[in-house]
Amino acid sequence: MTVSYENSKIIFDGIKAAGIRTVSALPETWLGLVLQRAEDDPELELIQVAKEEEAIGIAAGAYFAGEPHLLLMQNHGFLAAINGIVSLAQLYSIPLCMLIALRGHWGEPYAWHTRGGIVTEGVLRALAIPFEYARDPAKVAAQIRDAYTFSESSLSPVALLLTRDLMED
Amino acid sequence: MERAQCLELLYPELQDKLVVTIMGACAQELYDLGHRESFFYLQHAMGLASSIGLGLALHLPEERVVVLDGDGSVLMNLGTLTTLARYRPRNLLHIIFDNESLLSTGGFDSQTTSGITDLAAIARGAGIQHVVTAGTLMEFGEAALEALERDDLSVIVAKVDAVGPDLYGMDLQLPENAFRFRRHILDRKQA
Ligand SMILES: Cc1ncc(C[n+]2csc(CCOP(=O)(O)OP(=O)(O)O)c2C)c(N)n1
Repeated sequence: MTVSYENSKIIFDGIKAAGIRTVSALPETWLGLVLQRAEDDPELELIQVAKEEEAIGIAAGAYFAGEPHLLLMQNHGFLAAINGIVSLAQLYSIPLCMLIALRGHWGEPYAWHTRGGIVTEGVLRALAIPFEYARDPAKVAAQIRDAYTFSESSLSPVALLLTRDLMED
Repeated sequence: MERAQCLELLYPELQDKLVVTIMGACAQELYDLGHRESFFYLQHAMGLASSIGLGLALHLPEERVVVLDGDGSVLMNLGTLTTLARYRPRNLLHIIFDNESLLSTGGFDSQTTSGITDLAAIARGAGIQHVVTAGTLMEFGEAALEALERDDLSVIVAKVDAVGPDLYGMDLQLPENAFRFRRHILDRKQA
């Protein structure tokens, strides 16, 4: 089982096609190939944080600056960022376009990922954060664009959950 | 020295800067000097003022950004100092008002009380090149003027008394502040 080279490229191209210019992220295995491309691409600036909650602040700064920004993290990073999401983004009506690697779900072999995987959808619902699952490489670019559009129009955090079907070969 | 005095000294210099402040006493003291459209008051989300400042500074290289932080707030996001050091925005001044207290929530001691934790040492250890501790108003004023002229990331740890305003209240809703702050920045970009 390896991370999908093809689909990572499709996701990266989808991010660029959505007009995103800067990305804040914390690396993790499924996102590795996407982030490598971001590091190597002069048209996209990657800001790597030490903890995912920082990225909520950076995204707010990018929004205030009028620059199209996207966040990449795994679901455990989303869980670690919740107060920032609630007490900055939601409190002040600041959009967030979050691409979240959904670790610890269907087919997960590693025990340490499972609790986070099991609760992620419930937490998103509790926070009233609109979300979709990305499973199909033919659709993911449109889903990224739509997530960004919706975050900007709703002035809300929006999450696209990157699933095992999409991220692993 | 009191934070309110530092802010009063700094206020004229903030005229053409983008300012992000933490919640509570610090936000109120800045607001009481006179609100400007270039001020964003982060009235919750402790720790993220500096991250917002970093996002602003990286995306607006032609602007100068000033973050007004607190010891309790920065202690909640120490990783931010490492991210600041790594990306080193030349247009960011990060002022940490260290009153050795969680003043806005009842004045409990913080980890910096009695100098146990040294935030300037942490900032230096994080890799920030220009870090100054200011203990007097004179030192603060000098450090602030130097930092604002310097074309590099600077951190000032201002040791202030644990006192705040007597009255709290702003005629500004939180999303309204965000909308107007963004509008102001976009207008400046156009100009
Ligand atoms: C996550 C979280 N925990 C606790 C609080 C309660 N709280 C409000 S203000 C504050 C202290 C802020 O301290 P500092 O940043 O040093 O600023 P000061 O009030 O001393 O000026 C705390 C702990 C909070 N707002 N958010």
